Parts: sequence; C-alpha cells; structure tokens
Amino acid sequence: MAEAFIYDAVRTPRGRGKSDGSLHEVQPIQLLTSVLKEIQQRNQLDTSYVDDVIMGCVTPVGEQGADISRTAVIEAGYAESVAGVQLNRFCSSGLEAINQAAAYVMSGQVDMIVAGGVESMSRVPMGTDGGALFMNPQIVARHKIVPQGISADLIATKYGYSRTDVDTFAAESYRRATEAQKENRFAKSLVVYKDELGITLLDRDEGVRPGTTVESLGNLKPAFEMMGSMGLDALALMKYAEVDKINHVHHAGNSSQIVDGAAGLLIGSKEIGEKLGLKPRAKIKAFAIVGSEPTIMLTGPVPATQKVLKKAGMSISDIDLFEVNEAFAAIPLFFMEQLGVDHAKVNVNGGAIALGHPLGATGAIISATLIDELERSGKQFGLSTLCIGGGMGIATIFELV
Amino acid sequence: MTINYTISNNIAILSWNMTSSPMNVLNDESVPAFAAALEKAYSDFDVKGIIITSDKPEFVAGADLKMILRNQNENPTEILKISVELNQLFRKIETNGKPVVAAINGTALGGGLEICLACHYRVALDNPKTKLGLPEVKVGLLPGGGGTQRLPRMIGMQAALPLMLEGKELTPKEALGLGIVDAVAGTREEMLEKAEAWIVSNPKPVKPWDEVNKKTGKIQAKDNFKVPNGAVLSPVGMQTFTVGTAMMMDKSKGNYPSTQHIMSCVYEGLLVNIDRGIVIESRHFVQVATSKVAGNLIRTMFLGLNEANKGASRPKDIPKTDVKKLGILGAGMMGAGIAYVSAVAGIEVVLKDVSLEAAEKGKDYSRALLKKAIERGKMDSLKAEGILNLIKPTANAADLQGSELIIEAVFENRDLKATVTKEAEPMLSEGGVFGSNTSTLPITGLAKASANPKNFVGIHFFSPVDKMMLVELIVGKETSDYALAVAVDYTRKIRKTPIVVNDSRGFYTSRCFGTYTSEGMELLKDGVNPVLIENAGKLAGMPVGPLAVTDEVALDLVYKISGQAVKDGVLADTDTSYQIGKQFTEMGRLGKKAKAGFYEYPDGAQKQLWSGLADLFPVASQQPSLEEVKTRLLYRQALETVRCYEEGVIRTKLDADLGSILAWGFPPYTGGTLSFVDFVGIKTFVSTLDRLADTYGERFRPTQKLREMAAIS
Repeated sequence: MAEAFIYDAVRTPRGRGKSDGSLHEVQPIQLLTSVLKEIQQRNQLDTSYVDDVIMGCVTPVGEQGADISRTAVIEAGYAESVAGVQLNRFCSSGLEAINQAAAYVMSGQVDMIVAGGVESMSRVPMGTDGGALFMNPQIVARHKIVPQGISADLIATKYGYSRTDVDTFAAESYRRATEAQKENRFAKSLVVYKDELGITLLDRDEGVRPGTTVESLGNLKPAFEMMGSMGLDALALMKYAEVDKINHVHHAGNSSQIVDGAAGLLIGSKEIGEKLGLKPRAKIKAFAIVGSEPTIMLTGPVPATQKVLKKAGMSISDIDLFEVNEAFAAIPLFFMEQLGVDHAKVNVNGGAIALGHPLGATGAIISATLIDELERSGKQFGLSTLCIGGGMGIATIFELV
Repeated sequence: MTINYTISNNIAILSWNMTSSPMNVLNDESVPAFAAALEKAYSDFDVKGIIITSDKPEFVAGADLKMILRNQNENPTEILKISVELNQLFRKIETNGKPVVAAINGTALGGGLEICLACHYRVALDNPKTKLGLPEVKVGLLPGGGGTQRLPRMIGMQAALPLMLEGKELTPKEALGLGIVDAVAGTREEMLEKAEAWIVSNPKPVKPWDEVNKKTGKIQAKDNFKVPNGAVLSPVGMQTFTVGTAMMMDKSKGNYPSTQHIMSCVYEGLLVNIDRGIVIESRHFVQVATSKVAGNLIRTMFLGLNEANKGASRPKDIPKTDVKKLGILGAGMMGAGIAYVSAVAGIEVVLKDVSLEAAEKGKDYSRALLKKAIERGKMDSLKAEGILNLIKPTANAADLQGSELIIEAVFENRDLKATVTKEAEPMLSEGGVFGSNTSTLPITGLAKASANPKNFVGIHFFSPVDKMMLVELIVGKETSDYALAVAVDYTRKIRKTPIVVNDSRGFYTSRCFGTYTSEGMELLKDGVNPVLIENAGKLAGMPVGPLAVTDEVALDLVYKISGQAVKDGVLADTDTSYQIGKQFTEMGRLGKKAKAGFYEYPDGAQKQLWSGLADLFPVASQQPSLEEVKTRLLYRQALETVRCYEEGVIRTKLDADLGSILAWGFPPYTGGTLSFVDFVGIKTFVSTLDRLADTYGERFRPTQKLREMAAIS
C-alpha cells in the first residue's frame, strides 16, 4: 500500500464569528480560495498534478452551498482538470477530508490532493441547514437527541467534572494560546488574511483573551441551563436514568468559540513529491472513525483513539502530542481521564476554547498546528481527534518524516 | 334519521340529528348519511351554499370510539382506506366550489371539530358550556380527520400543537380568540343569519392552502402555501421541533406514542401540500388507532370509566337509593373532605366530632376550598353559602338522627371504631347503612360492633378526597347487596367512581400499591442506585418514584402495617419493607412529615435523596438496566393484582384496572394492572415473572392459573 505524505499545511487566522468579527465581511468562498492560492504559491505548484480538492463544510447552504470546494478550485485559478468535493461529517469534517485524501493516495488511485475545510460561522450560522437529526420529532424522540451543550454537561455530570474543573481547563487553554501567540508558534501554517486591496484584515486568531483566569470565567452564566430546563435535560436523562440531574457547567468561556476560518493540507504520494521536488513534512500513519452513543454524543474521541492505536500497532504512550478538539472543556478532560494521558501532552498551544472552532475547518487546523508543533519541539508522533455530532469520533496519527 | 336536509333561500341546511345514539357521533351509520347529504347539496344546481349544524344540543361529539376499538385488529390497509375515505369526504367540503359554513350550535370535539375546520367559515353559538377541541390524544389517538393539517395551517404550528398535544377544550370565545372559529353569535337565529350572510358574500371561497387551477377551474392543493407564523424549516420550526419534542417527551415519558405521532404529522405534513399532508396524517392515524395504548385508554379510561360511573358493579336487582342526609364521624382530614364532596352534591351533612370546635375545624376545610373556588371564578358566593349551610358541625350524636348513611372516619383503631359504631348506629333512619372509611382494617371484623352487620359496608376514600376520583367499596362477609347498592348510589351521587372489592387485608388498592413501595425498597436493598430506582418509577409512568411515595406514606406507617402482618403471622419478619420500615422508624427518618426519610427536605429547596443512603445501602458496582428496574416495579403490582383477582378480592377486571389507575396512579397506557398482562402478553408475562423469581425471589413467582392461561394462549 502506498503511503500518504503531507507536503504543506495552510490556514487562515480565525476571526470572531459574529458581525463584529474581523473576517465577517469576507465571504466563505474568499476564505477558501485564499487557502488554495497560498498552497499553490508557496509550493510553486503545478496544479495540473492535483487530482481533487476535498473540503469539509458543516453548514453547506446559502453562500457555502453548491459544492464550495469546486467553486474555490475554479476561483483560485487551479487547472481545469482539478475537481472539487465538499463533505460533511459535522465537527470532524476537516480531519475527515484529510483521512479521505490519505485513503485515496494510499489506494494508489490519486496522486495529489488538497484536503481541509471552511466555515464562516458569522455568515452562515450553525443550524441553518436544519436536518432531521435535530428537528424530526420521531428521530429526536426515539433516539433522545439533545443539543451538544446538554451532552457536554451530561458528560461533566456523569464523570464528575465540576465547574471549577472545566474552568481551570479553559483558563489553561487561554494561557497556552496566549503564550503560543507570543512565541509565534502558529506562523508556519497561519497566513495573514488580506483583502483585495492588500490591506491586512486579520493576522492572528482573534478569540484569544490574555489574562483569562478561573476567577474571571467564574462570572459567566451556564449556557445550557435554560434550554435544559425546557425538557431537554429530561429527554437526555431518559437514557441516563442513573443521573439525578444535569449539572450545567459549560458556558461561553469554556466552550469552543464560534469563528470564521479555512484550512488546507497538500497531501500526496511519495512519487509525486519527488517528481515535483516537494519535501514531505509528515505522513499519515493511521486513521479511524467510530460511532458512539448519540445522546451523550461527544465521547467518541476515546474509542476512536483506541481504534486508531490498534490499527497502527501503537500504544497511547507512543504518542508524543495530542490535539483533542476543545468543543467543550469536558471533552479533553474526559479523554485524558479515560486514556490516562498527561495534560502536558494535550493541546500544548491551547485549543478551540481560546482559539475557536470553525466547524468544517477545525480538523485540518488542529492537524496543521500539531505538525507544526511536532517539528518545533522535535517530536515524532502526534494524534488529532475530535468529537462529532450524532455520536461519532475520529482520530488520525501523524508521524514526522 | 341521521341528517335533516332542508333548503332555505337556496341554501342547503344539513342538520345532524342521530336517533340511533344519544349523541351525534361519526360512525358507520352517520358518515355515509352525511356524505349523501353533502353530495345532494353539491349536485343541486339551485343550492348556492351549505350550512352544517345540528338539531341536538351538541354539534358532533366526535368519532364513535367503539368503532375504533372494533377496527383495532383490522388489517392496517383496511383502516387506512376508511381513514382516507373520511378525509376525502372532508376535503371535498373545501374543494367542491360552493361555500360551506359550520354553524356550531354546541360541543364539537375531535371529528366534530374537524368537520368545522374543513368548512370555509365557522360561526359558533356563544355558550360557555360548549366545548371545542381536538381531545383525541386523551384516548391515545390523534386528530385523524385532517385536524393535524388544517389547524396549524390556520393558526400556526406553535398555537396548534399544544391544543392537540394536551387535548385542551375551548369555549367558543376562546376559540374565536385563537382564530379557530371566525365569529360567535348570541342566538341560534343570529348564528344561522351570520352563516347565510357569509355564504351570500362569499360565493366561491378558496382556502389559503388551495388554489384554482387555471385550466380546469377546479380547486386544488397549493404547493407553495406559507404556514402562518413560521414554517417547519425556519427558526420557529427549529424551536418547535427540538424543544417542543423534548417537552412532549418529558411529559409523556415516551409512554404515549400518539403525542409523538401528532408532532410528526405536523412536521411531515406541513412540508408538503395539504393533500399529501392528509395522507401522511392518515398513515400516522392508523399506527395509533391500532396501538395497544389506544386500545387500553379507550377500554379503561373512556368506555370503562363511563361504565363504572354508571354503576357497573352495582347489584342489579336493588331499586335505586338516594342518600339525602349523611352522618360523618370524625372531622379530621378524611371526614372534612367527605363532608365537602357530599355537600357539593347537595347532601345534608352532619359532621360529628368529640367537640364542636373539632367539628367546626372540619367544616373550615370546606370554607377554604369554596373560597378558593370563588376566587378562581368557578363558584358564585350564593351557591357556596348554600353548600356550607348543608354542613352541620356537631358534638352531639343525636344530630345524626335520620341519616340514611353514616360514615365513620375516625382513627384506624378497632376499639375506637367499635365505640363510635355503637353510638351512632341507632341514629340511622329505617334501613340506613353504616360505612367505615378504613384503609386497612378488615370490614368483617369491624362489622362485629354493628347491631346490623348486613348494613355495614366499607367506603374507602383516598386523600385528598376532593381530588381523588376513586372510592373503594368493601363488601364484608355479612354485607348485603342492599348496603352495597346504597354505597354505590352514594358514590355516584358525589360524582366519584366506585369499585367493589371483597374483604381482605389491605383490601385491593392498599395491598397492591404496597408492592410498588416494597419493590422500591427491595431494589435499594439490592444495591441499585436510588436515582435509577426513582427515575425508573417515573419513566415507567408512575406519578412518583417508589422511595418518594414511601416517604409520603411515612415509614412508621409502613412499619406499623407490616409489623401487624408479622404479628398476625402472614409476613416473615425478614420482609424488606418491615426491616427497612423498622430501621428508618428507629432512626427517626419517618418520611416527608419528619423532613427526613429516603429523601432530605431542606427548607426552601427541592427535596433530594438522602446522602446517607449509600452508607446503609452501598451502590453495587454492577447496575441493572433501566428496563429491568421498570419491569420489577410494574410486574410486582400486576402480579399482586392477579393474585387479588384469583383470590376473589377484586371482582371484575374493570374494577381492578380502574382502581389501579385512579387509586395509586398505575400508568394508564397499560390499561391498568390486569390489562397489563394482555399489554405485555400472557406468555411474556409468565416467562418474565419466572425469570424475575429466579433472580430476585419467590415474590415474583407466577400463579398456577397464569401458567395455565399462558399454556393455552
């Protein structure tokens, strides 16, 4: 079987996902096009060698509809022969794109591919696409489907993470992100976003708030308490009858930030790299996807990690660095506790709580961050994992070459 | 005769007047007659419009539920056909081209209101007694005559859904406010005038969800109809169907499928045009109409309850009796409650206690309830005054003179009961009956204090008397049919539901209810997480978890009753209820009244499970599934009922079912504790019991008769 190598990783900064965010006036197609252009320019890439561009996008409607990946390929000036496809596996879409790209390359049917994702959450709000999973009464009732915040609070309740526990984790995420920004650790992948006039709109992840502490987070009101009291807690507890009541610990400050952003990784076979004179940075060692219980929904990173380690013939201690998406603080806490992983190895440069989670792009962004950090710290193995709506988990092991 | 057909001013008036049934209902007879009358009017060139009304006090009371029950085992395709045909009839009302107006003279419920919704215009006679609504959900059904499609298309999803999910009944004014009727009228004449006027000024009405086909000129469903106040795929829809579904599930615990189907009818049906929406509704209707839950609710809670209220368990040969003067001994909580419900029914009440003050205190209970009713506008003060005047508080036994019925409601003490019986009995009128409101003491024993045990009967009320609809009548060894008939007639007079049981320890309701609390304690003893125990009880459909309800009953009472049984040699002293009752009584954790029991009751905060429970009953590392806990809780109660039935404690299946639902809140979706056996299936019932007995103890072992029934089924 062929191996899949990563030749480059590019991403935009993450802008606050509201109408006052720095990237709000940028259309999602522009975000994604900028990533594709940068990949081409940085690598002096003859794009006719690119077979396909595969992009995650979780709310593919309106401006993000109609196969935004193919649209960006055309707009970025790639060769006409380059195809484009958009996929949606909720929050894991960016990593799912990488895994699918790797699978294509490994199968030998594709030589080179760009994989990543895009989401302008300020312009196409989460949930705009509706969906039977969240709206169809029969589905919701039969399978006890609740919003993710309720699920995250349920994890915290069931596994005993107090408000202080989750706030402590969140404050650390902010501290690490602040330090990483200060030391310019994101510079390799992060490309300053400039408008058509060449004026910089954003040069850094916008959500980082230096000086965030457990005390300052303590003032924030639980975000899902009200929603929970309207029957949603009760619906979840119909499946978790051993839980007395849900302790609502998550809020805006210890949950992932809503942001705008895009990312892409250039992935190809060994031969195409040699042919085009590209230097491989890392290879994809193994990847895994699992389904998990859909009501609690967000526990998937644990079984996904177990599955990918088994596939790779590795143990958890073989992994030097982890990127565990901080959808909610309870998710990495649960991950570390269940798998016995030291916090010192997890999200060393902060995570989505401080930096943001542009749904379709995050899987690619955290993988880019992971590869950058493996290189910077001289380590070998990294693992990216995300929890996923509907009860799924994804994990991918990267190895520096 | 079903529909009166008259023509006036070129308007056909179709007036419902069913002679074959006490009320106008939709059934095999009325629907074809209605269809024929409509066709006659459609095809009569001179008829310019149609008014649908009724010659009876009600408009149309709904579908004939007996018909639904008859069709339960039909092939689904057949029921779908019936449903589609009815809907085609209703659909043609709105697409025939001529204006059709509903002149709603009285109550229109279910299918009755759905006829009105299909009409182009609705004018209702303004009578506050008139009920308008879609209450199908209460019997496990859904509005299957287009109701789930037309109502949200008229008033929006968010306004329509609660009406259908709760089955709320509206007055004409309330319906007008919601936009369900278009106008109200003060008199029948005015109603018909308004109907006629509307027809004259709207000769070719088209519903907002319909359009006229430009080529054929025919009315057809519109594909791009905009639902008022928010479509399915909109933020309103998102809110309605995520939060709304959760709220619905929180209420139903998933035990009443029709609520889920109602939401699906609206969600699925409003994404397509009305014709397809109605087909979708019919498909859901067939699913609920053939469901066991609907069958159970119709059988027990509708038809059964009606039968019981008519006196199904009353001895047939005794002429009707009527209690005009009632004596009550003991003005405590029960006596005071009995006085209230009796006076409200127009009965003269003598409320006797040891002192006039104590008796007055009992009367105060009625004063307080009536005051509340006046404040809520449910009662006028003149009427309240009349009710209060019927209650005479006294300490003098002579005031009881001439009572046709005397009910003692003194403490549960044999000697005390004997004393008051002997004192009061001579005051009874000729042939008067003596009733004992005991919940535990066998009636045959109590009757020994009576000079006339034939006229001695148990009349077991539940607390609070004014809210609990059931009365358990207990027949002692000597109790005559006459005494029982008096008790039944009295129960009906105070508008409560009587069930009749034979004398036994705990009678029927206390005995079977006791198994629920007992199994809760068994689970606790087995190391099951108390949160899971309580939630399993509630999710199974019981109103309160078994530990919480034990706290309400009080653990010292559990100890006292089980202790008596131990003393009488009918219960082993290793019994879990007895042991835990003893343990908690000795600790002073008596339950809610002591603010300490299985729960703790912090001031100004919600009660919570006592943190010390885990020390007494360590939570096992291996926990049973939710289903297993639910099964243990429900099967115990059902099996105890079967035993009562086999022992002759309970006489009829209906009394057993109604008693379980109305006395201690056994979940209605099961049909009641005896219907539960059919609900799960006799074979499953017996094999599950054997498995439970093997795992948890002989208390679950099925009876020989059950085995025999399972073998031949």
